[in-house]
Amino acid sequence: MPETRSTAYDSKIEGNVIFTRFDAALNWVRKNSLWPMPMGLACCAIELMATAASRFDIARFGAEVMRFSPRQCDVMIVAGTVTYKMALAVKRIYEQMPEPKWVIAMGACASTGGMYRSYATLQGIDQLIPVDVYISGCPPRPEALLAGLMKLQEKISTECAFRDQKPELAEKLEDAFA
Amino acid sequence: MSCDELFESLSKSFGGKIQNKTEFCGETTYTIAASDLREIAKFSRDKLSFDYFLDITSIDKFGEEPRFEIVYHLYSMPHAVHLRLKLKVSEDVGAVDTVSDIWPTANWHEREAYDMMGIKFNGHPDLRRILMWDGYPYFPLRKDFPLEGLPSEMPDVAFTKITPMEGGPFVTLPSTAGSKDREPRAHPPEL
Repeated sequence: MPETRSTAYDSKIEGNVIFTRFDAALNWVRKNSLWPMPMGLACCAIELMATAASRFDIARFGAEVMRFSPRQCDVMIVAGTVTYKMALAVKRIYEQMPEPKWVIAMGACASTGGMYRSYATLQGIDQLIPVDVYISGCPPRPEALLAGLMKLQEKISTECAFRDQKPELAEKLEDAFA
Repeated sequence: MSCDELFESLSKSFGGKIQNKTEFCGETTYTIAASDLREIAKFSRDKLSFDYFLDITSIDKFGEEPRFEIVYHLYSMPHAVHLRLKLKVSEDVGAVDTVSDIWPTANWHEREAYDMMGIKFNGHPDLRRILMWDGYPYFPLRKDFPLEGLPSEMPDVAFTKITPMEGGPFVTLPSTAGSKDREPRAHPPEL
């Protein structure tokens, strides 16, 4: 599992050089600069705004850049009730995000439809797009959203980025050096 | 004019057309015929100064004839008085005259009544669905529409599915017990 380990930095022998695995470095970079796409649909959006504000400060995790353009975002935080009327619009925005992308389903409504077992509410955004982290709560406290973000960071740190994205190159290198 | 004088003048002008007048807890309700709605509405706004249109509610009395009952809530800002107008519409007629030119706010309220109940409003400038999407085939708040919804599909616009109701709708049963016993639990505690 690629992980970052503490390495001797600025040591007398190697100087300002760190040896690490490519996956570990790439995952570290990606997880510490997750730019959210705030799909704030209902009340959970208020808690999302509170998390982005100064008291709970999502900027500590590198995620203060909440651009409303999906082209510049890494993680879509679906915060709020997804009605059937809005569902396909959420899917369209998700499809416009470039890879690598992740999804956090924030709150009960985005995870499973919440208290709205009705004719008009999509019973969970995972019926349309793949979700990585579900956060329960109605609404979840900002600390819960931050815990969910940290869980997503843990998940990202276990990804095999190089092998997933460049399988032919990985195979070629294996054959060359095996 | 005090509120009694307001209602007196309404009864005097439309004596024959008012089918019923009830008063309850200080609220006055007039039951009228659908054909007299616009006359009474204009009179209420102009002469009685009921200038604030609060709400339209529609009731589906499934099984009764006429099927729909429409309730208008009016309020008079100068006198701080409420007025309620009720009228019945049968399903075959299915349409009432619009009051959106008398009170412009009725525009969206009538669109909602059309969207949820299927009651049309004659002369409405823009009668289309407001909560569901154009082309949705059902009227959700009718009594014959199931609680969990019906499947529908409009490609590229929206879709609906039947909601899973594990264990049934969790409704409160009427009784004098406390809320812990009145409301059923999704997972009863194993004893």
